[in-house]
Amino acid sequence: MTILVDHNTRVLVQGITGSEGSRHTLYMLQYGTKVVAGVTPGRGGQQVHGVPVYDSVEDALRKHPEVNTSIIFVPARFASDAVYEAVDNGIKLVVIITEHIPIHDAIRFVNYAKYKGTIIIGPNCPGVVSPTISKVGILPNSVYVKKGPVGIISRSGTLTYEISYHLTQAGFGQSTVVGIGGDPIIGTDMVEAALMYENDPETKYLVVIGEIGGDQEERLAGLVRDGKVTKPIVAFIAGRTAPPGKRLGHAGAIISMGVGTYEGKVKALESAGIKVAKTPLEVVKLIRDISK
Amino acid sequence: MRLLEYKGKEILAKYGVSVPKGIVISSVSEIDKSSLKYPVFVKSQVPFAGRAKMGLVKRANNSNEAKQIASEYLGKVIQDFEVKKVLLEEGVDVVKEYYVSITIDRSSRTFIILASPEGGVDIEEIARTSPEKIYRARVHPFEGLRDYTVNAINKFMGFTGELASKFASLLRIMYNVFEAYDAELVEINPLALTRDGNFVALDVKIMIDDNALYRHSDISVEEEGDLTREELEARKYGFHYVELPGYVGVVGNGAGLTMATMDLVKEFKGEPADFLDVGGGASRDTVKAALSLLLKDERIKGIVLNIFGGITRGDEVAYGVVEAFKEIGASKPLAIRLKGTNEEEGRRILAPLGVKIYETAEEAIGELISKLQGGLR
Repeated sequence: MTILVDHNTRVLVQGITGSEGSRHTLYMLQYGTKVVAGVTPGRGGQQVHGVPVYDSVEDALRKHPEVNTSIIFVPARFASDAVYEAVDNGIKLVVIITEHIPIHDAIRFVNYAKYKGTIIIGPNCPGVVSPTISKVGILPNSVYVKKGPVGIISRSGTLTYEISYHLTQAGFGQSTVVGIGGDPIIGTDMVEAALMYENDPETKYLVVIGEIGGDQEERLAGLVRDGKVTKPIVAFIAGRTAPPGKRLGHAGAIISMGVGTYEGKVKALESAGIKVAKTPLEVVKLIRDISK
Repeated sequence: MRLLEYKGKEILAKYGVSVPKGIVISSVSEIDKSSLKYPVFVKSQVPFAGRAKMGLVKRANNSNEAKQIASEYLGKVIQDFEVKKVLLEEGVDVVKEYYVSITIDRSSRTFIILASPEGGVDIEEIARTSPEKIYRARVHPFEGLRDYTVNAINKFMGFTGELASKFASLLRIMYNVFEAYDAELVEINPLALTRDGNFVALDVKIMIDDNALYRHSDISVEEEGDLTREELEARKYGFHYVELPGYVGVVGNGAGLTMATMDLVKEFKGEPADFLDVGGGASRDTVKAALSLLLKDERIKGIVLNIFGGITRGDEVAYGVVEAFKEIGASKPLAIRLKGTNEEEGRRILAPLGVKIYETAEEAIGELISKLQGGLR
């Protein structure tokens, strides 16, 4: 078992004729993902790397009712519409790669999807891969070559590849790797992803890749303290040496109340018994320690 | 992007919020044309907190004083931010100061209103010491601002009768502006209650989502925003740049990896001189511009380039490096770590430069810093 993406995943690519959409359709096919259809309004009837293109999600689903997952490469200005189209057509997992989607748009479609029972991953994320089984995302194929006991949840894109690469080199394959995205409003946060892994028997350990800002790591620590997440966790938090960023006025400080700093996150995680690595390579060492 | 005070006030005033009578100027000569009643407060338009303490807000008793203070501010560069505007405002007869804001609550994925009867600069201190003095009302984006929420805030603030209806309409205006402008924050602090029973916004902070600026053509990033000169330059090329006090140049792709690279520099006892994230799918021009910026920076003694390609392609990065070297020359040590998409092609393109390509960031940074520290001794 894995989470989110498995042997049954059948993928629709929204924005398939764009340069990123088309390139990553090819990479997903090469990885072994079952990409069955694509959508670009006005381009129905074409093919991209052998995948048929339709004008709308409705058209695509009529021909390919087996589609259960969509990946969105549509440019930011039009991406929200693509999300609603996928959700309204009943697709249960939507992965949004597009970055720079306005936050007021995201807060609405994320709430809407929840209400309709669709899981959103992203926006501004690298996607999801269950190594050797299926990839719905832009994570580099060459890194994800080994199935294994480690589940990864990450707020970062490239840092995920970095840490996955080191883990694989050291012999630790992954069950599923989820890049949840770096935007302030995302469809599935660290806590929600951790709860998904909790029910996955194949995942023995979790690697959590966080960043300074927000309170996801602190809330995850709370869940561990409450016994709702029980699998051993190793965390890495980027931004130890980052200067304090531009804050959202006093309101940001009032809401966060000191939450969000590197020190605050490490303290919260460690007090819940979570090991925190100082460097990406140390993640591997800590996973090796707990796997003994 | 944070709007400068005057722009925030201009927007709120347009929607019906009272602000102090004043004018915004970009040259001293405009002061003579105004009909302000002195004394006035001369406020430099900079995006920093604590302006008064920094001497960036001063009182002027007549137009000559105002002109002198304004000329001192205009054109001044403070923390790399150039002062282009000065706001002159008449005083307000204040009875009491309050705090009110609307922002986004990430964890509940809703909007949130914060209000306190204790406004002013010490609001963060109040949040720490007596959080019960701040009311927090979540507003679901599908629901909008309901009467029951407004009533609860009014009750907490102690407003009744006419004052309550004035505050209710202020909240509704703030909410409308928050939505209409794709704001991440609309904050009035302090909000003054005047002797004649009106609310006046003494200071205003509005932050607009950078990703939504394209649909707000009435906002000028260059004139009305909080970007420093270097950030404005970086914006042209589409990378994220923050200057730091060290001597090791850092370039990465993706904020997380770039931050982790900085952290590693520190771990190896070096000091990062910058945070430079070329972003996802960077073109050779972006990489060239990024590297050129650091090659020209005299504070920087050596550079680490840490790329793990996903949507970013190793060959594009490599061409950018080659072009930057061709134009500026290999004036300082460069440690390159290149993995991921089109890594092999990237290595092939970089081979003629004779620069070492590392397998891991740890190796690249470790060798670079020991080389630099050898040189510094």
